[in-house]
Amino acid sequence: MTYQFDFGVVLRNYPILLEGTWLTIRLSITAMVLGLLIALAMVLARRSRFWGVSAISLAYVEIVRNTPFLVQIFLLYFGLPTLGIRMSPNTAAVIALSINVGAYATEIIRGGVESISKGQIEAGLAIGLRPLQVFRYVIFKPAMRAIYPALTSQFILIMLTSSVVASISANELTYVAQSLETMTFRSFEIYFVVTIVYLILTFLLSRIFDFLYGYLFSYPTR
Amino acid sequence: MLTVRDFGFNEFFFLLTGLWWTIGLSLVAFAGGVPGGLAIALARVANGPLRRYFAKGVIELFQGTPLLMQLFLVYFGLGLLGFELSPWTAAAIAFTLHASAFLGEIWRGCIEAVPKGQTEAATALALSYWTRMRYVILPQAFRISLPATVGFFVQLIKGTSLAAIIGFTELARAGQIISNATWQPLLVYTVVGAIYFALCWPLSRYSKHLESKYALADR
Repeated sequence: MTYQFDFGVVLRNYPILLEGTWLTIRLSITAMVLGLLIALAMVLARRSRFWGVSAISLAYVEIVRNTPFLVQIFLLYFGLPTLGIRMSPNTAAVIALSINVGAYATEIIRGGVESISKGQIEAGLAIGLRPLQVFRYVIFKPAMRAIYPALTSQFILIMLTSSVVASISANELTYVAQSLETMTFRSFEIYFVVTIVYLILTFLLSRIFDFLYGYLFSYPTR
Repeated sequence: MLTVRDFGFNEFFFLLTGLWWTIGLSLVAFAGGVPGGLAIALARVANGPLRRYFAKGVIELFQGTPLLMQLFLVYFGLGLLGFELSPWTAAAIAFTLHASAFLGEIWRGCIEAVPKGQTEAATALALSYWTRMRYVILPQAFRISLPATVGFFVQLIKGTSLAAIIGFTELARAGQIISNATWQPLLVYTVVGAIYFALCWPLSRYSKHLESKYALADR
């Protein structure tokens, strides 16, 4: 084998890699926040008395979860201009990621809300808690505890999925990697380094989430 | 003169050819992922710490990096080692490894969900490791694993769309080609999305059905 590895090319370009990483983080956080808002609306819509409203919520969740993210983003970025709706790659990326994470979060939150039985709420009222206290201690906290692990892994998942938006040239980490590749032809070195960066991001995020779980949700031990 | 094609029967037929490759790639990756995943799951619950940590490392590597990067690394990495890989071979290898790691993690959970008494009883009967796994643990774990395994297969089908990015002409790439030829991206990608949906939705429903069926049986 005559190939000489050269990681110098990659490491010399660390400023644009850092920029790409920072955009990946920002995209993920924005998408997660917007996705949670969509999810809350969709959970409420699903419980609506009106047949049409809950059907929309159901259709949204099933369509998004059963089609590839790549097709969703193509539809949004290449398809919508036909209807006169044009967006920059980064805007399309944020919207597509939010819509995607929103569908998964809807299912997660719905599961959490349904895990609180009516008897618990009645018990809370019976021992003399005020309605707001019931909401806080009997509904919100246990439900959050139940959905926290799934929601946080969904966050990591959306961070990893965000690499796909490089295909519409939103300039996050993967796109930076692809443009470095076309400039230097050091494809393996570049993707190797970028993969390590994603791995570090995943590792850090899951550590932070674990720490927060202990801080927010642990029961008193005595 | 530049001629723009209409989206007609021939174009739809081309998409269906792409669908065939999507199904093919998913099935190959799944078929390779079953033995790979079983090996990783068994290593993950083994007594030897070396095997356990190795399996854990593999799982965390694949769960902690984007599928697209895994695809790129296999495609460009094996190229450097002197293998002339077609996008099809690279995609088949990458998705097989990906499926092995994910199925390994899913099945580890299922093996651990089999009550410990079963292992103890089998050991007390002096069954060997393989006999215990083959006749006592795995059949029970298999039943528990079905909903999540079918669910992962849906993930895998959707994931194979990324092979389009390294130039493998499956359904998503076929959509790109037709979209470029007809200048009707909205129509083409809607049809492509609908085809994926027609493929994935029944599987998702089946997975849900299995889940509720076993949940009832266990009650």
